[in-house]
Amino acid sequence: MAYEAVIGLECHIQLGTRSKMFCGCPAEFGAEPNSNVCPVCLGLPGALPRANRAAIDAAIRLGLALGSEIRGESVFARKNYFYPDMPKNYQITQYERPLCEGGALPVTVDGEERSFALVRVHAEEDTGKSFHPERHGDRRVSRVDFNRAGVPLLELVTRPVFRAPVECGAFLTALRRLVRWLGISGGDMEKGQLRCDANVSLRPAGSEPLGTKTEIKNLNSIGGVMKGLAAEIERQRRVLEQGGAIEQATLLYDADREVLAVMRSKESAHDYRYFPEPDLPVLVVDEAWLAEARRRLPELPWTRAARFASEYGLPPYDAGVLTEQRDLADYYEACAREVDEKLASNWLMTEVLRVLKDRGWTLAEWSERVPPGRLVELLKKVAAKELPGPLAKQVFGWMVEEPGGTGELLDRHGVRVQATPEELRPLVRAVLAENPGPVRQYLGGKSATLGFLVGQVMKKSGGQAAPQVVQELLREELEGARRGC
Amino acid sequence: MSAAEAWRLSAASLADGVRAGSIGYQEAIESGWEGPAARWEPDVHAVVHADPEVRRRGAAGSNGGPLAGVPVLVKDNLCTMDYPTTCGSRILGGYRPPYDATVVARLREAGAVITGKGNMDEFAMGSSTEYSCYGPTRNPYDLERVPGGSSGGPAAAVAYGLCPIGLGSDTGGSVRQPAAFCGVFGLKPTYGRLSRYGLVAFGSSLDQVGIFARHAGDVALAYAALAGPDPFDATTRLGPAPGVSDWDRGVRGLTFGWPANLWKEGVDPEVVGALEQAAACLERCGARRSPLDFLPGEYAVATYYLVATAEASSNLARFDGVRYGFRHPESDDVRALYTRTRSAGFGPEVQRRILLGTYALSAGYYDAYYLTAQRARTRIRREYEAAFARCDFMLMPAAPSLPFRLGEKTDDPLEMYLSDIFTLGANLAGIPGLTVPLDLSAAGLPRAVQLLGPEDSEPLLLGAARVIEVRGEETRLGRDHLTEFAWPTKR
Repeated sequence: MAYEAVIGLECHIQLGTRSKMFCGCPAEFGAEPNSNVCPVCLGLPGALPRANRAAIDAAIRLGLALGSEIRGESVFARKNYFYPDMPKNYQITQYERPLCEGGALPVTVDGEERSFALVRVHAEEDTGKSFHPERHGDRRVSRVDFNRAGVPLLELVTRPVFRAPVECGAFLTALRRLVRWLGISGGDMEKGQLRCDANVSLRPAGSEPLGTKTEIKNLNSIGGVMKGLAAEIERQRRVLEQGGAIEQATLLYDADREVLAVMRSKESAHDYRYFPEPDLPVLVVDEAWLAEARRRLPELPWTRAARFASEYGLPPYDAGVLTEQRDLADYYEACAREVDEKLASNWLMTEVLRVLKDRGWTLAEWSERVPPGRLVELLKKVAAKELPGPLAKQVFGWMVEEPGGTGELLDRHGVRVQATPEELRPLVRAVLAENPGPVRQYLGGKSATLGFLVGQVMKKSGGQAAPQVVQELLREELEGARRGC
Repeated sequence: MSAAEAWRLSAASLADGVRAGSIGYQEAIESGWEGPAARWEPDVHAVVHADPEVRRRGAAGSNGGPLAGVPVLVKDNLCTMDYPTTCGSRILGGYRPPYDATVVARLREAGAVITGKGNMDEFAMGSSTEYSCYGPTRNPYDLERVPGGSSGGPAAAVAYGLCPIGLGSDTGGSVRQPAAFCGVFGLKPTYGRLSRYGLVAFGSSLDQVGIFARHAGDVALAYAALAGPDPFDATTRLGPAPGVSDWDRGVRGLTFGWPANLWKEGVDPEVVGALEQAAACLERCGARRSPLDFLPGEYAVATYYLVATAEASSNLARFDGVRYGFRHPESDDVRALYTRTRSAGFGPEVQRRILLGTYALSAGYYDAYYLTAQRARTRIRREYEAAFARCDFMLMPAAPSLPFRLGEKTDDPLEMYLSDIFTLGANLAGIPGLTVPLDLSAAGLPRAVQLLGPEDSEPLLLGAARVIEVRGEETRLGRDHLTEFAWPTKR
């Protein structure tokens, strides 16, 4: 029998706010263990939470970007369970009335435009971090660092809309792009800024009812999500094919060894005893706040990609690449306003992205060295055929290393573009004299031969002739020859 | 009055004397320890943490604010940097918080000095101050009887003269009931008027810090110093607290509700007598009695014990032996650490309530218990709103009986829970309640009544309390007139 997988994702996005979710401690990463702590995030007796407005604002902006409904009144709730890295032994989250409900994320999967529906997005607090076990003499000990306790998280839950691991991978890539685009999170899975748990079940292809699901945790890279899901789908398929039944369980995926292990079975499942958090009032988001959040929402990546395609005539692939990062899209647009759009796109996608990749630079680091204006100056000369292609690439290479405009760079490196008719006419005449065959062809009506002749002149000039001028001179000379015949 | 007798003074008079220089800060603090505490404390056992050196430093660091040099005994569930804060529980043994509760900080800013920490039922769960890991507090009016609870320590200490003001916490009557048993004033303010930051939580949606004093004017003085919004407590009400400077304005033209159906049965005749007497005082000063039928307290008891225990089961989860307080020495893994620490660290009443609350929140029971209780709570709140549409405030018993004997109710938790039957409603509704002492019964036990009003009616309740304090004499007696406090005398 053919089976179909049904997958839902639960993602946690660590926000890049300055302070924690419910207190004023810095939310920064990498400080001395237990240095960014206070009575509130340590859960000391008597301490009370107070909600971080910036974190709520980030949740609202993500919700708006996803087309979710933002509740005017939402409720914080306590999720109760004991764990040593959770100071209060409950987590403040949202449950029955979350801040954002519904919505969907547009994703391109294998070149196809899809949209994956969401259940909810809400804000909550992170836990501390346990380190264990360690040996102290003959005793095993665990240590806990509470710096991360209380760092703001957004939880995003999808509907069970995925049918294949590759869809989940594309979804996470799109989500990562979006949270970075909105500037709310670094979105780096390896750093735990974006985390993902997956629920997966199998059912006979074409049937409606859902099978028994398992939950996979500890998926800390996009590749890991896809591999972990593939492994679990394969495991469930084998069990079902042998006539067995899937048992509800929580599994851990070990990315290094690429194996799944059972973390807890249904019998040991938690009863989280959710109830409304009495220490925090109902979270009120009024129209003014919503309007302000909407106003500050940037043009979204998928909208921008569509606009790049329609406004600049870019192929969908180019539009997709250029909108992978917001600053790349901004950079592109700064160029495209000044020079040919497709030329700018080609140069960004090949030359600029290659430099970024080779040097491990961010676009900001690139832009600091080569602001759009500098690149535009070069591209304008290329577009006007005032610079031969290979020379333009050489100038581009110098640009990365040195200051100065295109002209300055050429001078500094002793390269002079031959661009006056006086300089170039002898070369042109020489080429015409040396190539009587192609000249005859041209005069006979095969105008494509001109390209060959341009190439010969360029070669003769040592690559330093301006192609535009060469072309004009060739035409002029050839037309003269035609009349002279 | 000599400085050695400073303990007899009201907080207002004491602060006046300190500011005028006639009483030293040190004397103001120590007078209560030298006179009355030397006599009473060994028997009453109201104080669980005290330190002369800390008091000396406190007096030296005091200021000429409205509570200049006023010693205050603070319940052991309010965080203090200079004393342990243990909630009367073994599980917090030796715990010293790194911060002051907001109300403690505001006391210090006003010039008051924390004179020690008061005994209490463990985690404020109890009505007699018998469930304390330090042993019970006794009622100074009858050492065989309880002082009420859970804030029995501060109530008893204010009654015998250690200090003119005490701070307690009131989740279901834990200030108003011991105030009645010890014959002092006890105010539970409107929910959200006094910050809960630094009050170790029991039932977060019910908890309020409360004030004990021997004089109505001192309640007003402390309220003015403590009330108001706190950015560290998101449940405090915005905007300034109502002004209480006209606490002696009287009751002329006001109407008080008289829900006599509540004391038709099961209430001590001495308590009913006190109510009649208080009503007569109010009427003599121009208030009108408005009989009304009110929702019987049994509903409040059932609702309260679901809401309070549910919240408590979560609030007390943090006491696990991992980060502070008591940790069971023999635990090989984290599960054993939790269960052994909590089984040995919490007393039986606290464990009972954690189990009750855990049950009420469990999957499959949540709707039947917690949600039903929330609906009942809304109903009770509406009942009060309807009553206050017909009267300005209500006269009520603070407790159904006079102080009971030690051990009388410890074997029957339900019987103990019912001693809060008249006080729980105010916590469920978030409204203020004020216990007003009246006199001593024939047996020498304090008799008191309770006033309840709508949200932010503290000024009005204080006005009514003052009328009862001066026994219905016209308030032209002036605010400096203090009735002689009915000091306990050892029998």
